[in-house]
Amino acid sequence: MMSTTEPSAPTETRNQPKSLSDLFISFTLLALQGFGGVLAVVQRELVEKKKWMTREEFVEEWAVAQIMPGPNVINLALMIGDRYFGVRGAVVAVAGMMCAPSVLILILALLYGQFADNTHVAGALRGMGAVAAGLITATGLKLMGAIRKHPLGIPACIVLGIASFVGIALLRWPLAWVLLGLGGISCVLTYRALGAREAA
Amino acid sequence: MNIVMTGADWLSLFVHYLALSLLSVGGAITTAPDMHRYLVDERHWLTDPQFSASVAIAQSAPGPNVLFVALMGWNVGLNAGGYAMAFFGTMVTMVGIMLPSTTLTYMAARWGHANRELRGVRAFKQGMSPIVIALLVATGWILATGGSYARENWPLWLLTIVTAIVVWRTRLHLLWMLGAGALLGWFGWV
Repeated sequence: MMSTTEPSAPTETRNQPKSLSDLFISFTLLALQGFGGVLAVVQRELVEKKKWMTREEFVEEWAVAQIMPGPNVINLALMIGDRYFGVRGAVVAVAGMMCAPSVLILILALLYGQFADNTHVAGALRGMGAVAAGLITATGLKLMGAIRKHPLGIPACIVLGIASFVGIALLRWPLAWVLLGLGGISCVLTYRALGAREAA
Repeated sequence: MNIVMTGADWLSLFVHYLALSLLSVGGAITTAPDMHRYLVDERHWLTDPQFSASVAIAQSAPGPNVLFVALMGWNVGLNAGGYAMAFFGTMVTMVGIMLPSTTLTYMAARWGHANRELRGVRAFKQGMSPIVIALLVATGWILATGGSYARENWPLWLLTIVTAIVVWRTRLHLLWMLGAGALLGWFGWV
């Protein structure tokens, strides 16, 4: 029998949220740090500082959070909350993520309403809008590495990606067409490619 | 901008966001182009600047990016008359965008975790990835061009391109980029 005091491998220590309020406050503080997106902060806080999850667990859960519909970080918060406190934990984690930032953003919107006619404010917002467009584009560019080992191969992924981009950005097709049509084709092809790989 | 929102209009807004919630694979921001099509082009409930400001404020404030949806509901309500309506609009769009996806995620996360070796699960995860990546880039494109391709906007486009490259290739904190964008805009350089 292995003794419980000495783990055989240098496993990462794992803590857990002490209570529902700990969960709520942790996610509130985390959300309030996340300018231009919360994901980087989630990883740093929950994995590196609080150690509620190991890095492996984080990657695994993030994959699911990403493929499910809905805001990814909200999905992740939901799954983490659920892991420790069940459905109550899921609700509390999402509430922590949303409550304080919503109030803050509505205050900002109110202030913006007062100053919207000011050319400087309008200009600053326009500049931030251009940056925001760049941030989102960069997120897409960063994720491109994820298709490097794709079962369909890089050329097929590029064709599917370009077709989706053209459909949405240039032809302004409804999103459902692209997700169900091109996404459906991609999933079926991937399923077959995975099958062929397993048979080989 | 003043608009009239009937009960049927609010319902249709709610249902549209319920549907978008289920389609928001890759995050709520990937449905932004469809929100633009629906709110600005088709229904004329929001102006183009209001749409862009909603996204820009949410991006520049802390918190999950999905809060741009709250601001869209807020602005639709404001256009329809007053802060009470704006608050109602926020509730309509936020509950709409959150409810289906969180419910589905809650159930699917458990199932997916238990069955993560299945070929169908892996095919869905990997099959969607090129589409999701393209959607993010397309969203950036639409936000940058605002639906029009006016050539005098080239400084804005340049700022977007430079931001995308800097964020992609470096680890510079995003706040610096947003601050730089705000300053450039404040002084009228973009």
